[in-house]
Amino acid sequence: MSENREQFRPPGHENDHFLLTTVVGSYPKPSWLNRARDLHADPESEFDDEDWREAQDDASRLITNEHERAGLDVVVDGEMRRNEMVEFFADRIDGYEFNGPVKVWGHNYFDKPSVTGEVEYDESWLVSEYEFTASVADRPVKVPITGPYTLASWSFNEAYDGEEALAYDLADLVNEEIEKLVAAGARYIQIDEPALATTPDDHAIVGECLERIVSGIPDDVRIGLHVCYGDYSRIYPELLDFPVHELDLELANGDYDQLDVLKQPEFTKDLALGVVDAHVAEVESVEQIERNIRKGLEVVPPEQLTVSPDCGVKLLPREVAYGKMENLVTAARNVEAELDAGEIDVPARD
Amino acid sequence: MTVVSTTLGLFPLPDDARERLADLKGHQKEDLVSGDEPPDIEAAYDEARDDLLTRQSDAGLDRTVEGQARWDDMLAHPLAVHENVRTEGIVRYYDNNNFYRDPVVTGDLTHSGDLARDLEKASALSDDLQAVVPGPYSLSRLATDEHYGSSQEFLAALGDFLAGEVESFPDAVETVFVLEPSLATETLDGGEDERAAAAIDGVAAAADAEVVVQSYWGTYGEKLHAHLLDTDASALGYDLVTAHDDATYLVQEYGTLDSVSLGVVDGQNTLVESPDTIDERIEWFRDQIPVSEFDTVYATPNTELFYLPVNKFQAKLRALGAAGGDRE
Repeated sequence: MSENREQFRPPGHENDHFLLTTVVGSYPKPSWLNRARDLHADPESEFDDEDWREAQDDASRLITNEHERAGLDVVVDGEMRRNEMVEFFADRIDGYEFNGPVKVWGHNYFDKPSVTGEVEYDESWLVSEYEFTASVADRPVKVPITGPYTLASWSFNEAYDGEEALAYDLADLVNEEIEKLVAAGARYIQIDEPALATTPDDHAIVGECLERIVSGIPDDVRIGLHVCYGDYSRIYPELLDFPVHELDLELANGDYDQLDVLKQPEFTKDLALGVVDAHVAEVESVEQIERNIRKGLEVVPPEQLTVSPDCGVKLLPREVAYGKMENLVTAARNVEAELDAGEIDVPARD
Repeated sequence: MTVVSTTLGLFPLPDDARERLADLKGHQKEDLVSGDEPPDIEAAYDEARDDLLTRQSDAGLDRTVEGQARWDDMLAHPLAVHENVRTEGIVRYYDNNNFYRDPVVTGDLTHSGDLARDLEKASALSDDLQAVVPGPYSLSRLATDEHYGSSQEFLAALGDFLAGEVESFPDAVETVFVLEPSLATETLDGGEDERAAAAIDGVAAAADAEVVVQSYWGTYGEKLHAHLLDTDASALGYDLVTAHDDATYLVQEYGTLDSVSLGVVDGQNTLVESPDTIDERIEWFRDQIPVSEFDTVYATPNTELFYLPVNKFQAKLRALGAAGGDRE
């Protein structure tokens, strides 16, 4: 278990055992925020920059509080200020330019940026987002950041001699951003690398990126890595060599069919286990989620287990997303109580 | 030797068509094309086709394609709209951050005519029409079979299906590009290479036009390449963007058909090649080959172009149109 985990146990936590509950990051935006965005983009509207900032603050406060109401131990603001996981960062990094949307599937597009020159740190990406969220939250705040490998892979590379060189330069920028976040008080950072799932052979590049990312970051800052929708057998056990405290994996979507992959060799990191499916618009029952949490105990003991959804939940209807969070927390607290009472076996200890 | 500038089709939707069609159709998988679009959606596609053909002729391309604006499912399209195919979940399109609906074949792949109808419309707008079809092997890898029972029978059935579709193309079609990325991305073994070539041969034989078989994201295995040289195709295509050394080795060692198609423009990067760069790449290839007299050299992007934003797609068309031309 990583030693920086205990700082996230809420004061007065009711059970001796503590399963850290959190989310991956994104959350459905309130519909009024989308209307506000359209108004802000409309040159004929009187809805100015100040109004737009206020709308984003309101949304950030609303979702942070919604996470707290669900009972999560560590909260996020649902990424209310971010449009898309690559676009948001590329927009803030020198060296990127946008040429227009490209297709992902059907009529779903994203503004895939081009790297046309050396990437450089310009304005801060997330410090103001963190400071605002922390100011309205009563619980610790996690900061998700799109990882450099994904930022490189999901861009057109016009300037660098290969994706690897670009990813390393971006990793140095991520490191600079994390230093600023830590100075602002952040103690929980999550690097999102979904692109690793599409090209698992590049795990060594992701590993080197992470070495650069954590360079000089104090040990009490918890660093997680989120990977989703891939064949974990192609990146495990190599994942265990990454300089992170926690690995956040999507597993509920495949009904834990990849769980055995993580049992040998021993899982030595903290495991953030996906216990609700981010792409099924039905709220899993508390009992179902308890069963899912127990799956995690086959891989790691409770002191290494974090409980979270599979992935960002922004595509779900908001009430479904909330229902999943609420049941996730209830299930985690139930399992803690059963662990306290010695009613649950922990296969990972055997 | 004639250099013919053309593309592998599958274009990005022009901006106004993209917005209009998203509004008309929606964003979920059940909203995607089914083959019997209502008149307002059909009209939007007709306009997009017209627009895409105009862009190609303005750019000076020697062969123009229909653009395949209707192909929501990339190369899997001809199956996705077939009456005996059901579409399921969204699956990854090769090694890209792109997805299509998994087509599940549940009955006989009878003649559809979907591609021919689009080409008929395009033939009224173009004098140098080129058709683009998926190759039978790639289609077999992109789809799921619940009807034919074995991979061998499925591949043969896809070959017959595509041959039937190609046979019904309008006379205006001068070339047919058969796109076969899976021939490069997979290792074909156990006689698979011979069966893939036989299925392609059936498609090539059915066409009343020049047939170009083009693979990308790598190149062909040596034995597969040898089998492909025995088919009725007029030209084999090579991806010089991702595999220039392996491709030239194949041609040096085994020769190729009388004509050749060269992927010389990166279809997946916004960096736009100059016409001179395109010409240099073609020259470089010719210099590597001891006997470099080809009837025709098709100069193309290495992949489909839908990966690009519209402005860069347009710039690549212009670069291709300005390169090449007749030369000794």
